[in-house]
Amino acid sequence: MNQTEAFYQRIEKALQNDQVRQNIRSAMNGLMQKRAEQFNDPEELSELREKARSIRHYSLAKQAELLEKLEQKLIENGIQVHWAETAQQANNIISTILKDAGAKTIVKGKSMVSEEIGLNDYLEQQQIEVLESDLGEFIIQLAKEPPSHIVAPAIHKNRQQIAKLFHHFFPELSYSEDVNELTLMARKILREKFEKADAGVSGVNFAVAETGTLCLVENEGNGRLSTTSPDLHIAITGIEKVVEKLSDIPGLLNMLTKSATGQTITTYFNMISRPRQPDEKDGPRAVHLVLLDNGRSRIRFDNDLLETLRCIRCGSCMNHCPVYVHVGGHAYGTTYPGPIGTVLEPQLAGINNIGALTSACSLCGACAEVCPVKIPLPKLINQLRAEAVNEHFSDKPVLGKGSLRKTPEVIAWSIWQKIYSNPFLYKTFSWFATSLNFLTPSKLGKWSKYRTVPKPAKKSLNQLAQENGFDYE
Amino acid sequence: MSNRDNILNRLKQNTLSEPVKIESNVSSFVWSKDEKITQLTKCITAVHGEVHHLTNIHWIDWLNQELPKRGLKQVLIGRNKVTDEYTYKADKSVTIHHYDKPIDSWKDKLFNQIDVGLTTTVGAIAKTGSLILWPDAAEPRLLSLVPPVHIALLDANTIFDTFEQAIEELEWAKNTPSNALLISGPSKTADIEQTLAYGIHGPKELIVLIIDK
Repeated sequence: MNQTEAFYQRIEKALQNDQVRQNIRSAMNGLMQKRAEQFNDPEELSELREKARSIRHYSLAKQAELLEKLEQKLIENGIQVHWAETAQQANNIISTILKDAGAKTIVKGKSMVSEEIGLNDYLEQQQIEVLESDLGEFIIQLAKEPPSHIVAPAIHKNRQQIAKLFHHFFPELSYSEDVNELTLMARKILREKFEKADAGVSGVNFAVAETGTLCLVENEGNGRLSTTSPDLHIAITGIEKVVEKLSDIPGLLNMLTKSATGQTITTYFNMISRPRQPDEKDGPRAVHLVLLDNGRSRIRFDNDLLETLRCIRCGSCMNHCPVYVHVGGHAYGTTYPGPIGTVLEPQLAGINNIGALTSACSLCGACAEVCPVKIPLPKLINQLRAEAVNEHFSDKPVLGKGSLRKTPEVIAWSIWQKIYSNPFLYKTFSWFATSLNFLTPSKLGKWSKYRTVPKPAKKSLNQLAQENGFDYE
Repeated sequence: MSNRDNILNRLKQNTLSEPVKIESNVSSFVWSKDEKITQLTKCITAVHGEVHHLTNIHWIDWLNQELPKRGLKQVLIGRNKVTDEYTYKADKSVTIHHYDKPIDSWKDKLFNQIDVGLTTTVGAIAKTGSLILWPDAAEPRLLSLVPPVHIALLDANTIFDTFEQAIEELEWAKNTPSNALLISGPSKTADIEQTLAYGIHGPKELIVLIIDK
């Protein structure tokens, strides 16, 4: 089965699951409303977005310099820095650090980059116990499912489904469908793990070059526990997360929390600059940062595509996407779903692998309107669509260009082009189409599976206009 | 060539023209002390935190009145000049524990026996309702995180308008602490059906005592 068929099959499956669609719809409505309440002044919003865009763009422009500075500051601070070009390298680095430390159990804070590299599976194969500690991630880890949303990973599940899941795995706890009770159960189960784990793994929201600081944004406290309680902390991040100065952080943090969950600020903003110092009583004795490329430097090579890398992973684009809301995150089959996934994933994995995602967009523009760092998502999706069907469309370094090119499509469009660029052919074509409209087929293959085939009118617009007295030019 | 050099070389191949970064305007608004206290209180209570503005009662007296009422007995404090005073004046029903040994030898006790973590703060941010903590040797990182109740002492004169202002006035970039925290309420989650629930991993209750003499 090719990638397009596989994608359409996942969509088909998602569209048939009314429960999941309902869960996602109601969650997205709530998130959109909460975000709108935070940004009630359009003029201020426009200034804040422009400022956040400028900070992220500046960071990307100076990326090499800032990464070198970040590395130097982190080393001065006692944090060890590792560079990984690929997912495989990143997994190797992390498992080697864990093995050298003799770590057998790890607790994880939520990290999309760790999902991107498939870290959990990799470590479990090496007999290392990995426990997701963010409530949403904990739920989907039990269900053996990937996240369906980058901020709210278990958003496709409702409380009844979660109650059943908890009861199945922890039958000693009494069954409840109450959200507070379920939350307390998770607290109880995970607390012991935080206490006993050998190592903690987390992502990074922003890395500050000026001070060598890793910033983590969260509400639950599991990120703080994962990065503070065990003796070893390993953070992993994409190389694009670096910013120049500490004073860049407030403008980005503000846009991140308001766009993501409609919060003025999250409960915890955790800024880690050093491991435990000789006189300190807690904190990890060793802190490592893994900087992951995995295709990002290739994206940065092109001035249009690099806009993709401004993303601060708020998830606002998917919350507002009419396609995401209907099919949910799992239909995309990728780590990052929704509009940002549609733009990022084909660039990371290649159009030949996952370029079909770009068809899941109506170019409505809602994502670009809400993006806190002004990524022109529809423009980029359109660009990738063109790259997908034409190897020579541009000189942009996109993997798998032209791989979705289909001969019937090429022939159909070249006939269309001939007809529409020649007045005589156009006139002849429209005469046939209108006067022989009874010959229009009622089915046009897969295209008409969910669509009604349009029937040309008896008279063309041209004819009608002439009859109504318009001059024919 | 190492991974590092490969990555950096690729990044250096595309040099972008000198970009303009819009800097923060720190003095965009200036609140009075009372306005800041009002704003901070509004934000923290909106997310289920408690704020008490103590103008004519000493914070130790407040604790001695309130903790027995709430059944809170095991209180953990750092080795801090401000909180040390509490060691001698605490109500008889309260047992004071000091966070003065490396955590490795008494993690079990911290996770399972302590009711309250009492900390000072470096300051707060009025606009977002955030406490600023710079945990250190005297007041370790887990003190404000593991106990189910976190009580934070805040000097009314150390409340900043915004995060930007705090970064500038505390010369944060120059004095980078090992760990710095903004705490803006009790631990919470909305991972189940976007429904808020408090006390998932960190403290279930956050009590801020604003000391204003």
